Amino acid sequence: MKATHPAVVTAAVIVGAAVGTTGRALLGHALPTADGAIPWATLLANIVGAFLLGILVDWIARIGDVGGWRLARMGLGTGVMGGFTTYSAFAVETTRLLEGGHLWVGLAYPVGSLLLGIAAAGIGMWVGGRLPLPGRSRAVAT
Amino acid sequence: MTLLLTAIAGGLGGAARFWVDTGVGRVNRTAFPWGTFVVNISACLFLGVVAGVVSARSAPEAVLAVLGTGFAGGYSTFSTALVETVRLMRAGEFGMAAAQCLGMVVAGVAAAAAGLAIGAAV
Repeated sequence: MKATHPAVVTAAVIVGAAVGTTGRALLGHALPTADGAIPWATLLANIVGAFLLGILVDWIARIGDVGGWRLARMGLGTGVMGGFTTYSAFAVETTRLLEGGHLWVGLAYPVGSLLLGIAAAGIGMWVGGRLPLPGRSRAVAT
Repeated sequence: MTLLLTAIAGGLGGAARFWVDTGVGRVNRTAFPWGTFVVNISACLFLGVVAGVVSARSAPEAVLAVLGTGFAGGYSTFSTALVETVRLMRAGEFGMAAAQCLGMVVAGVAAAAAGLAIGAAV
């Protein structure tokens, strides 16, 4: 299969990340974080994003991560899910909780995020490993 | 307008992540996913500095939205980091999975704290 031009891959990542980042910005407006409380918007985005990325990467790995499917993984996975989820806000929110004296929330938030994130990514990858493959690609699936 | 600039910054952040991850991947000879690690820790430091400056200088919230939610949000990723953790666990590399997952959160919070202190000081 003809390799996708690197500029096309980069463009797919840029457009996808712009969409994903906008989604998280809107979620942040819808679920504002109260001082000293769990940042629900970031937590929700990160867990949903880890689940969906897990489905996507393991499903496309089975289809064959080449050509248009690789481009879809780059745009939707690296782009949209990478942009929708965030580690920087997660770390800065944790730091602010700890520095603000909210010790229990400041520990429960990162520990809960990582445990839920592992579960979400793991269940997503399990689903992606079992989703039906699209029609003609079935023959080349491993 | 702020949302549009946030989206553009997010797109550029995603591209920066793609390039840094690819660049680190070229020199990484280990099974440890260093690309996402480098991206996320640098993102935590960057967002810490931005958030620190915005708090200390009472800068407009739009600055935090565009550079923080936009660029740092697009640049950093939680989903890829956790998928990588599960991949290491599935490969039976439990020590490396724990080091990757816990090392990233400890280094990320340390980088964010350092960034906030730097941002408040400049």
